[in-house]
Amino acid sequence: MNAKGKVFKYGDNVDTDVIIPARYLAIQDKKELASHCMEDIDTEFVRKVSKGDIMVGGKNFGCGSSREHAPMVIKESGISCVIAETFARIFYRNAINIGLPIIECREASEEIRPGDEVEIDFDTGIITDNTTQKTYKGQPFPEFMQKIIKAQGLVNYINEGIK
Amino acid sequence: MSMTMTQKILAAHAGLDEVEAGQLIEADLDLVLGNDITTPVAIDVMKGFKSDRVFDKDKIAMVMDHFIPNKDIKSAENCKCCREFAVSHDITHYYDVGSMGIEHALLPENGLTVAGDCIIGADSHTCTYGALGAFSTGVGSTDMAAGMATGKAWFKVPAAIRFNITGKPSKWVSGKDVILHIIGMIGVDGALYKSMEFTGDGIRNLSMDDRFTIANMAIEAGGKNGIFPVDDLAESYIKEHSKREYKKYEADSDAKYDEEYTIDLSTLKSTVSFPHLPSNTKTVDEIGESIKIDQAVIGSCTNGRISDLRVAAEIIRGKKIAKNVRCIVIPATQKVYLQALKEGLIEDFIEAGAVVSTPTCGPCLGGYMGILADGERCISTTNRNFVGRMGHVNSEIYLASPAVAAASAVAGRICQP
Repeated sequence: MNAKGKVFKYGDNVDTDVIIPARYLAIQDKKELASHCMEDIDTEFVRKVSKGDIMVGGKNFGCGSSREHAPMVIKESGISCVIAETFARIFYRNAINIGLPIIECREASEEIRPGDEVEIDFDTGIITDNTTQKTYKGQPFPEFMQKIIKAQGLVNYINEGIK
Repeated sequence: MSMTMTQKILAAHAGLDEVEAGQLIEADLDLVLGNDITTPVAIDVMKGFKSDRVFDKDKIAMVMDHFIPNKDIKSAENCKCCREFAVSHDITHYYDVGSMGIEHALLPENGLTVAGDCIIGADSHTCTYGALGAFSTGVGSTDMAAGMATGKAWFKVPAAIRFNITGKPSKWVSGKDVILHIIGMIGVDGALYKSMEFTGDGIRNLSMDDRFTIANMAIEAGGKNGIFPVDDLAESYIKEHSKREYKKYEADSDAKYDEEYTIDLSTLKSTVSFPHLPSNTKTVDEIGESIKIDQAVIGSCTNGRISDLRVAAEIIRGKKIAKNVRCIVIPATQKVYLQALKEGLIEDFIEAGAVVSTPTCGPCLGGYMGILADGERCISTTNRNFVGRMGHVNSEIYLASPAVAAASAVAGRICQP
């Protein structure tokens, strides 16, 4: 499984309140919710993002509330993978549970620039910046989490009784 | 064996003699919690399961508290969705207008969380129940749905940081100052993926409400949970509020901690988190400039308990809220509200020119009941001061204790009680 797209880059501690502000949380429609993704720190994101694009953050990406709406709107926006140095723990769980690919890699998080074209091979954890021709090795998921991701989320994992 | 308190609770709930940091386990749950924001998403996820049966109707809590009494049609639809599910599945612990309170104040008060429990909640501040010696942590709606269906959740066993608490705090220093001090010291990701284990003889000088506040904000340091030993005070709280059996776990004497810190309570001062991160702390006496405020909020799952209101009322009593400052007081539960009423605290607030609201999370997350306009500043006893958290992206939130918030509301600028 691969992801390939252009990069939207943000800093450390991107919190769930900026990913999807609470004033929109009563909205249930995923498309309508996603139309507000990142708007408090990047008003251009929703207009510029294309299917397959990649989001890069720094430390503690997704900190704050437990709202699953946060990984949900990122996925709904078309983002195919989030790369960060570290993820806040609830965001990490939620991303795996809903099937939004994420990968931890300090060097990639630091060096990849906004607008670069980046490719990720999930089987090997190799991240390639096609713009700068540099490659990085991301932290692969433990086997247990790979099973959830391959089942495309926790619901299928439980339904299929995968162990 | 050499396990931390958290590891012992997780091992017991996974049916294992021993676990170690990094191990992936599946644990039995004593309680699964959701609110009016996260539960509708979980109910939708449950439609994907082969059956929509719940594992135990007595071990699920649904608390309508974020946008209730409903702020608009969409929030009304969300609560309706939860209400219908609760009725059709005969959920025992469903709390709506009239019985609801802010979830993390309400559940301990109603005896649903006791020492030794393993609890997940689709709300990040679920870590609050660590004050009672329970393992409890925030998760998302899919985990909540899986928990409701199976009574189980997967966890990566956390490593730990130990905070050795000593000394006695001075008069206006509270649990809020302790946790803001810690977050300022270790940062918003200082405890990422880890448990924050509080020990030491200074804990006896912290009230249960102080401990709830401290455990509540473990997530603001990135922690998986915060947990306190079960001492006589915690046991008497549990016995007073719950009929459930509880179990005391203690860390092994050779338990491993990634880091250890000592916090001498007698050295702590009133502390404020400046915009836009909880870790951006200063003690009030370090603030040089005059920081004028437009609003003060006293309440939330962090600081809406009776002792918080008592402290605020003590400062506000007989005085007036500063001109052009709005002071909003929100008792966390109906019981807290009634107690405050009986003690005359509500009268103190209203006489001073503050307003008192029914329990709600409302302003803390910029939902309603105190949204900030462009450029406005708020001193707040809540837990997050991220960009746009309480309203306009150009508004500013300063986190503080009820004492500092009350004193600032009277002065019109951030100041010492």
